Amino acid sequence: MNKTALLIMLLLATCLCSNSFAAKEIKAGFIYVGPVGDAGWTYAHDEGRKEMEKLPFVKENSTYIESVPEGAASAKVINGLVRKGSNLVFTTSFGYMDATIDVAKRNKDVVFMHCSGFKTAENVGTYFGRMYEPRYLSGIVAGKMTKKNIIGYAAAFPIPEVIRGINAFALGVQSVNPQATVKVVWTQTWLDPGLELEAANSLLDVGADVLAMHQDTPATLQAAEKRGAFVIGYNSDMRHFAPNAFLTAPIWNWGALYTKLAKEVSEGTWKSSQIWDGMKEGLVELADFNPKVPADVQALVMKKAAAIKEGKLHPFAGPINDQGGNIVVAAGKTHSDGELLGMSYFVQGVQGTIPK
Amino acid sequence: MLEILLDATVRAGTPILFATLGAIINERAGIINLGIEGLMLIGALAGFAGTHASGSLLVGVLAAFIVTFLAGSIHAVITVQLRGNQIVSGLAMTMFGIGITALFGKGMVGQTIAGFERVAIPLLSDLPVVGKAVFNQNLLIYFSFLLVFIIWFFFYRTRWGLAVRTLGENPAAADTCGVPVNLYKFLAVTVGSGIVGIGGAYLSLASTPMWIENMSAGRGWIAVALVIFAGWSSPKAMLGAYLFGGITAMQLRFQAMGTTVSAHILQMLPYFFTIVVLVVSTMRLQKGASQQPESLGLPYDREDRK
Repeated sequence: MNKTALLIMLLLATCLCSNSFAAKEIKAGFIYVGPVGDAGWTYAHDEGRKEMEKLPFVKENSTYIESVPEGAASAKVINGLVRKGSNLVFTTSFGYMDATIDVAKRNKDVVFMHCSGFKTAENVGTYFGRMYEPRYLSGIVAGKMTKKNIIGYAAAFPIPEVIRGINAFALGVQSVNPQATVKVVWTQTWLDPGLELEAANSLLDVGADVLAMHQDTPATLQAAEKRGAFVIGYNSDMRHFAPNAFLTAPIWNWGALYTKLAKEVSEGTWKSSQIWDGMKEGLVELADFNPKVPADVQALVMKKAAAIKEGKLHPFAGPINDQGGNIVVAAGKTHSDGELLGMSYFVQGVQGTIPK
Repeated sequence: MLEILLDATVRAGTPILFATLGAIINERAGIINLGIEGLMLIGALAGFAGTHASGSLLVGVLAAFIVTFLAGSIHAVITVQLRGNQIVSGLAMTMFGIGITALFGKGMVGQTIAGFERVAIPLLSDLPVVGKAVFNQNLLIYFSFLLVFIIWFFFYRTRWGLAVRTLGENPAAADTCGVPVNLYKFLAVTVGSGIVGIGGAYLSLASTPMWIENMSAGRGWIAVALVIFAGWSSPKAMLGAYLFGGITAMQLRFQAMGTTVSAHILQMLPYFFTIVVLVVSTMRLQKGASQQPESLGLPYDREDRK
């Protein structure tokens, strides 16, 4: 009896020892703002989670909690993940910022990564992508494809992230087609397919023949498909919702970053930082073109994409004017990251107002 | 522009119209149903899954009706047979609907189907202004027009309708006259729920032919408010639903046309309108002009008759 117990203990000890030489096991936890079934923002994050789980030291079936309302109440949910044993927690929407910091204070041995915020701590890092880079490229496609020179943009909320995307898109449009205007309609919701559809229809009604969007569902794509317009997607490749209308889409590739972070935490090399990766790191990219996009346009966009990756082209390099024609960025200058993160004006060529 | 606006009004208002009509049938029989939002989601998923599996839109609509009919029977058993609290049961139904559709909808995410298309009625669809809005719509919208009339006819021109209305006003009186109270109440809740489900199916089969979790996005709650606005009458429900849809369609088009009015104010309008409606109808209620069924929300027990 005693011998058996000893043997078991010995076995256990060897297991533990061999484990300590290997990478630390990661149990990841995710807080999602929407349902994984939104086919958009949260879906893209969840795809990233699945890719991360392919790592040998990441436990499969990491915990995720969907449709968590933003704000102070989310702290409870985040805490719940920690109590269930998560040692790497991703909070994937801006509104979880204070709650994440709050929970992190009391759980120093857990690493937290908050998406799209600006507050950090010893064990809290932030991460986001330079989505404006592929947005700019998609603007080039839209500017080349529009015949009526009216491009519609259905946007969720007037926050810097969305405004930055609209501006980058419009600058891309103007780089190839200065006559075109980008009309903006706000829906004030991330997820309401019926409303998103009507927003898209309202843009088509005023003559837009190419649509772009910053929403969580493919409703805009369906509107364009039904009415014979072109459309630029977002979040993930949604082309099967609009096989004829879909041109391309600026998309997220969270898996690349999540895999990198899980490795760092596992190996103990992780340090709190503010990650803002772009096309170079592969966090954001442009989806494959619809064959309807002419070869010369595709070649132009690929050339610009290469320039962005090499750091030779910055979408927000001057000269940039605002809607009133005032110079915001002089020639030879570029918006700083800080200015980009707090962007609250529209560039020339955008028709619409930012509600105050 | 007016023609486009009217067309958009009808399209945006239709899912809310179905939901409001379903809720009216519930409440006419004296049962409050706060599960409309959940039932819409169940209908949306059942409709989409039905069409996805069979390739037929009719099958989808029938699936939506049947599945929400069955889901509604849970509310019916709790509130009619067991005489449970209607508010609590309804809220539970909403949470149940959100949860169960998220669970069973996973396989439907990202799937596509061919949705309802416009069917123009010859000659009539060429009428100026209203032609497109009324006579060049999809079959579900035509069905909603018909349903408004059927429900009105049922409640005000048939014996059964009178009996159901009496259940909401004075179930004891109906009972005395030999009306099978529980059966009729049960059917009002389940059939009403089924119609709410068709409203959900409108979203996933006609408006945006796809399944997205939470795609009803609060329309069920608007319907709950519109029942009061409509004074429990189906033609007025049509008015309310289109008013709501119309304001939504209008504010988006104002933006697209480049108005300088703040989008925050424009976006607020439909909800502001809902609040005004509730205030006005409550004031009417105080004046004694209320159309609210007298026994709304009260469980009926034959043994308790005075």
